Amino acid sequence: MKKYDVLIIGGGPAGLASALSLKEKGIDSILILERDERLGGILNQCIHNGFGLHTFKEELTGPEYAQRYIDKVIESEIEYKLNSMVIDINKDKQVTYVSKDEGLNIIEAKAIILAMGCRERPRGALNIPGFRPAGIYSAGTAQKLINIDGYLPGKEVVILGSGDIGLIMARRMTLEGAHVNCVAELMPYSGGLKRNIVQCLNDFDIPLLLSHTVIDIKGKDRLEGVVIGEVDEKRQVIKGTEKEYKCDTLLLSVGLLPENELSKKASVKLSNITSGPIVKDNLETSIPGIFACGNVLHVHDLVDYVSSEAKLAGEYAAEYLLHNRESSSLIEIKTEGGIRYTVPQMLDINNMSDRIVVRFRVANVYKNKRIVLKVNDKEISSLKKKVLAPGEMEQIFINKKDLVDADKIVLSLRDGE
Amino acid sequence: MMYDVIIIGGGVTGCAILNELSKYQLKTLLLEKEEDVCSGTSKANSAIIHAGFDAKNGTLKAKLNVRGAELIKQLSEDLHFSYLNNGSMVLCFDEEQIDGLKELYERGVNNGVKDLEIIDGDRARELEPHLSKDVVAALYAPTAAIVCPFDMTIAFAENAILNGSEIKLNTEVKTIERVDDYYLINNEYQSKCIVNAAGLYGDKIHNLLFNDDLKLTPRKGDYCLFDKEIGNLVSHTLFQLPTALGKGVLVTPTVHGNLLVGPSATDIEDKEFTATTKEDLNMIIQKGKLSVDNIPMNKVITSFSGLRSRPQNKDFIIRSLDNNYYEAIGIESPGLSSAPAIAEMISEMIVNDLKPSRNDNYANKREDFKRLADMDINERAKLIRENPLYGNIICRCEEISEGEIVDVINRPLRATSLDAIKRRVRAGMGRCQGGFCMPKVMEILARELNVDILEINKNNSKSKLLERRLYEKV
Repeated sequence: MKKYDVLIIGGGPAGLASALSLKEKGIDSILILERDERLGGILNQCIHNGFGLHTFKEELTGPEYAQRYIDKVIESEIEYKLNSMVIDINKDKQVTYVSKDEGLNIIEAKAIILAMGCRERPRGALNIPGFRPAGIYSAGTAQKLINIDGYLPGKEVVILGSGDIGLIMARRMTLEGAHVNCVAELMPYSGGLKRNIVQCLNDFDIPLLLSHTVIDIKGKDRLEGVVIGEVDEKRQVIKGTEKEYKCDTLLLSVGLLPENELSKKASVKLSNITSGPIVKDNLETSIPGIFACGNVLHVHDLVDYVSSEAKLAGEYAAEYLLHNRESSSLIEIKTEGGIRYTVPQMLDINNMSDRIVVRFRVANVYKNKRIVLKVNDKEISSLKKKVLAPGEMEQIFINKKDLVDADKIVLSLRDGE
Repeated sequence: MMYDVIIIGGGVTGCAILNELSKYQLKTLLLEKEEDVCSGTSKANSAIIHAGFDAKNGTLKAKLNVRGAELIKQLSEDLHFSYLNNGSMVLCFDEEQIDGLKELYERGVNNGVKDLEIIDGDRARELEPHLSKDVVAALYAPTAAIVCPFDMTIAFAENAILNGSEIKLNTEVKTIERVDDYYLINNEYQSKCIVNAAGLYGDKIHNLLFNDDLKLTPRKGDYCLFDKEIGNLVSHTLFQLPTALGKGVLVTPTVHGNLLVGPSATDIEDKEFTATTKEDLNMIIQKGKLSVDNIPMNKVITSFSGLRSRPQNKDFIIRSLDNNYYEAIGIESPGLSSAPAIAEMISEMIVNDLKPSRNDNYANKREDFKRLADMDINERAKLIRENPLYGNIICRCEEISEGEIVDVINRPLRATSLDAIKRRVRAGMGRCQGGFCMPKVMEILARELNVDILEINKNNSKSKLLERRLYEKV
């Protein structure tokens, strides 16, 4: 059985950045396993710009952003295998993968970094009634068809869900000559970034229907139309607001789910809220030596954040290989008052770094709030925010020095002043 | 060209008949209007092999269900389709209605169903731990089973082809004329006999030749299919005792490890109305929750609707009319369970009339699809060494390889559409519902069928997937 110090599952932005930081920390025995035919992951189909403002202080397209990392990986002589799909991981960190060229192989690693990314929620998950015709695509599938494969899936379009991919695809379909009727969003606010609403919808006069959803699908063979209705605050359709939109294409941008089938096989504990692994301050999962980063851990809105998180995961994995942490007790970061989750969820106070970043999302749109960190019921830090929205990931820093004798850590939202 | 027998309709009934007739020296053709077999009633149902206590004594349904269920067990081994003898229970939630269970029990015994037993609620919960605490008693039928209806229908079709029968897809029967001593279909196909197995359109085909204005009513049933993650919530097929409030819904595992809840039962007019409705979906979920605690609604991966063809007299119509016209129509539940027995019955009529010799070369020639996900590590490794395409995973959720997809495109009954691939190898059947694999499956289909990818459809020729090419892929 072949052995590596670190095996990275996934060659997208998370996998690439974690590989580079491992290498920088002096780890040489690294293997990246990528299931697709090229490195870069989903960035390869994101040909729009807006990537890299934080990381490189310039605006890049997805493929350009990915290429910067790919070039460095190749330059650093980090080993990677393409078209290689991992089908099993066990607790002993033995990984089984299959590929056309190499058949079925089992390799063993001292540490594993999970970087498999996420997938889109399909129509079925929403249980939208109606027919099941051709012409219903998740927004990412349509993006691949257009940007990678070179096919336009349809010409009269309705988009359900105002997540970023939905917004980006509204513009993309328009630029390729399709007509986008509207983007319907169940919630009273968009789940996408503000700049995408402006640049992808407003600039093209595409209406965004907030508090609206698709309630029926027409057409037995190819999609012929969808019925959209307005919903009340309980998300129930308001009678009389139903309206049929003729269309041959429905794109769904209704959420992303971390893809953790393999994590489950390795018995990694998952969070019900993020659907990703529960991790400690060093991004280590419940299984020692298995780390997670990027969208497999929790869905990010910017790739820049994925890269910085993955860089940390690489550093922490290197630290794990170089100095064994002595196990000590963990303290959970509790969330209150509109904070949905944090990553990491657990802190190992004795062993943690002096300063760590904690990322989180809120459950609703809030105005004039304070993000408050309390340790043993004492307020340690407070950060004012004019607006908070579920679509925008937030972060705070926690200093180890503030956690002396901590037995209760709570992150909460409080009213302004 | 003159055929001995032309079967109209490639559902499970038509394909079972085709396979049964291939045991004789008969020139047989099956005509199917869709692009694949198993595209109507057979594709969207509960996938249950009923034990046989439901139908009234003395009906065709009763006789053919019990016989069919026996045959299917053996056929699943001979023709390699998925079958699981999981047993069923009819749940009773009210002490006062236990008489209803007893009635079903008596009926079952009279129908010849073996090993039936009425058990109390506690025993039922022992067998099925997630069962609702409101269950007071159950009729336990250990002989009941589940199958994959696609697998079963395709197995019949493929085995028939391997034994010399023919199938013509994309061929809707529009006209039938009686010419001399044969039938002329669509001005093209000549046959001595016709078997009407046209499912929902059985009345339309019948009425092309007879003037008695036969009518079959579509009854719609909606279902919700759940993620494999909760597939083991139940192991038996759980029916509910019909009450004054209506027929219950069932909760059952599928042979592939998902959980299925449904169906509703709404009589409609439109034979193409396979759309789910909010009312029906809500109803089945509510009723399903009576049987099993904690069905997690966020684990639904898809919902679908199927139409059964309901005959006026509520029993199967299986008969021979004038001039070698045979029909097996009005095949609603338990049609899937009865299919091989219906085939025997029709075949017997034809054999009596035409007196053909036996086909001495008939054998169970059909091999199963290769299924990587069911193989152990060593088998998988060996298969990939023999054919590297089995190492290229296309559908991540169900772990389906390119080799498996290429196999089903090039079998005796070719899979030519996205849905045909999905029904055979389950690519796109998993939790992402084809989000990742669909473009790749389309590419493989275009390559193997040697057609432009723009020609690849979801199912029939009207279900186009792509509008136009934007640029050539480099």
